[in-house]
Amino acid sequence: MTDELPRTDAAADAAGDVRPAAGQPLLRIEGVAKTFGSFRAVDGVSLDIKAGEFFALLGPSGCGKTTLLRMLAGFEAPDEGRILLGGKDIAQALPHERPINMMFQSYALFPHLSVRDNIAFGLKRAGMARADIATRVSEMVALVKLEGLEKRKPDQLSGGQRQRVALARALARRPQLLLLDEPLAALDKKLRESTQGELMELQRRLGMTFIIVTHDQEEAMTMASRIGVMKAGRLDQVASPRELYEAPRSRWIAEFVGDINLFDAEFKLRDGHRLVIGTGGAGTLVVAEPREAVGETRFSVAIRPEKVKLSRRGPVSEAGRETAINRLDGVIADICYLGGTTTYKVKLDTGGMLQASVANSARLDVDAYSLNQNVVAWFTPDDCVLLPS
Amino acid sequence: MSARRIFARPARFAAIAPYVWMVLFFLVPFAFVLKISLSQTAIAQPPYEPVFDLTAGWGALKAAFAALSLDNFKLLGSDEIYVFAYLRSLTVAVTATALLLLIGYPIAYGMARLPKRWQAVAMVLVIVPFWTSFLIRIYAWINILQHDGLLNQILLALHLVGQPVVWLSTDSAMYIGIVYSYLPFMILPLYATLAKMELALEEAASDLGAPPWQVFWLVTFPLSLPGVGAGVLLCFIPIVGEFVIPDLLAGSNSLMIGQTLWLEFFTNKDWPVASAAAIVLLVVLLVPLLLYERLQKRQLEQGR
Repeated sequence: MTDELPRTDAAADAAGDVRPAAGQPLLRIEGVAKTFGSFRAVDGVSLDIKAGEFFALLGPSGCGKTTLLRMLAGFEAPDEGRILLGGKDIAQALPHERPINMMFQSYALFPHLSVRDNIAFGLKRAGMARADIATRVSEMVALVKLEGLEKRKPDQLSGGQRQRVALARALARRPQLLLLDEPLAALDKKLRESTQGELMELQRRLGMTFIIVTHDQEEAMTMASRIGVMKAGRLDQVASPRELYEAPRSRWIAEFVGDINLFDAEFKLRDGHRLVIGTGGAGTLVVAEPREAVGETRFSVAIRPEKVKLSRRGPVSEAGRETAINRLDGVIADICYLGGTTTYKVKLDTGGMLQASVANSARLDVDAYSLNQNVVAWFTPDDCVLLPS
Repeated sequence: MSARRIFARPARFAAIAPYVWMVLFFLVPFAFVLKISLSQTAIAQPPYEPVFDLTAGWGALKAAFAALSLDNFKLLGSDEIYVFAYLRSLTVAVTATALLLLIGYPIAYGMARLPKRWQAVAMVLVIVPFWTSFLIRIYAWINILQHDGLLNQILLALHLVGQPVVWLSTDSAMYIGIVYSYLPFMILPLYATLAKMELALEEAASDLGAPPWQVFWLVTFPLSLPGVGAGVLLCFIPIVGEFVIPDLLAGSNSLMIGQTLWLEFFTNKDWPVASAAAIVLLVVLLVPLLLYERLQKRQLEQGR
């Protein structure tokens, strides 16, 4: 072998070449289902994941996202369906036969091995040469900034350091696909936020495909390029973070992802591309016609709190007057100061409760509202999302 | 620190209670045995001399001390009966402990990987033999192993043997008895270690490319070593001094040290030699104990 040739990657060779054909997804999940006793943990999930994606599986605990991840890793065999990696069905392959690595929620670091030996574990199994292992381990140690700690045992490390070792160990074999099971759940808030950024940076730099499982919608929105929301074993919606937030497909997703104001609504009449609807708590509203017909006469209307503007005497500017079609009078019932924003709960004269999130753009509280103050809450027809009930 | 302060709090008393226990029930009897081992046998009551008589005055006490000697220990070293007995005890203990580990480990591993509610059932099954007297269980084995016993009947019925096998009074019978009796002591510490081991560790190993046998050798087994150590000690030490099982199931041509002790003590009425043999046995057993303790300490230090 000459120096010009690329160095053979023993770990990747042992794992088998899984480069997908052009235009093909790296991973294709087809109608996968898994039942434990009488509990259908995963209920017919189909999903394509392209090479280089950062995909998040989001859902409440018990929704089947971890079971799905464990089927990708090979710890559970699906009862139905196929899992194609680079076109090859791996649904029944054992974990050690898959070119996929996983970072465990508990990190699962080997307590009897040093940081170095933990990271080298997978490389040794792949039969990599001793010198190459040493090089790769130092690369990994540098990548996750653990220099100087190579000889420590896992219980001599802090939580954040352990998390890095787990990440380095999972990345060391340069897997085609890295699975991350709630990788940041054990870290405190500040560390979690900085690690989120580092994970994204790492994923971009290595060009790997990441699938992360999380119950934290903020984490999923921050990191992932695409999110799959799971509920009761099914994938409810697969979309970009923005689409998921601004155009949720169901009432449940709208409530699960971020805060939202929801009202039961009834179709009244059509006015061009606008619909006039009657709601339970917010009176009559004008909303933009949805791209896909909601189809029913009864549905829900959803407005995100930050889309709701407040003013003392109704919209002030001319531009505001043009678009501020929905004006609701009410009284401030509750104030929740969050630093960057303040969330006001407005008791509407029409009976409902409306949440408005207002940015604290000035340091002095000249714009702040006080309890029991009369306000006008307003939002445009485009700010409203119609959802099937 | 004054006595009043030591006893000031119940917690303090709890801390020294084990030491009080050790002094009263181990060190004091040990001193008696040690003293007897340095005495000479005599046809008297008690059957050795000198006897310390605290009422006889200082001179007599000094004479008694002067009469103590190491003769019994020299006898143990010079008479090969004792050397053989020690060697046989150690051989039997090593062999039996190895068998126990080979049989107990898979059972403990299987138990630890059962669903939680079945683990409790398995645990009861392991412990249930203790509800019957140990002696009765060994006698039951005599029944099973005798010429027309259950084992031979089964072997004959399955045509595995042409005629009854002689089991009783053989080493095989003794090993069967020892393995059967000590199995729970091997299984329980192993099970305790394996059950609390995080399953994700084995999954991580296989995720990183280790086939099942490597998962076991590189992760499961090294992490279960504390349980292996505890199980081995719990079996090895009492088996070295085992008396009942070899006496009832093994032949009488070679004796273990426990049987030799019994003979010296009750048949020969030679308390001093028996005591000396007991002390040597204790010293022999201290070696693996100290080794284990050093090993554990090193593990703890590494872990820090």
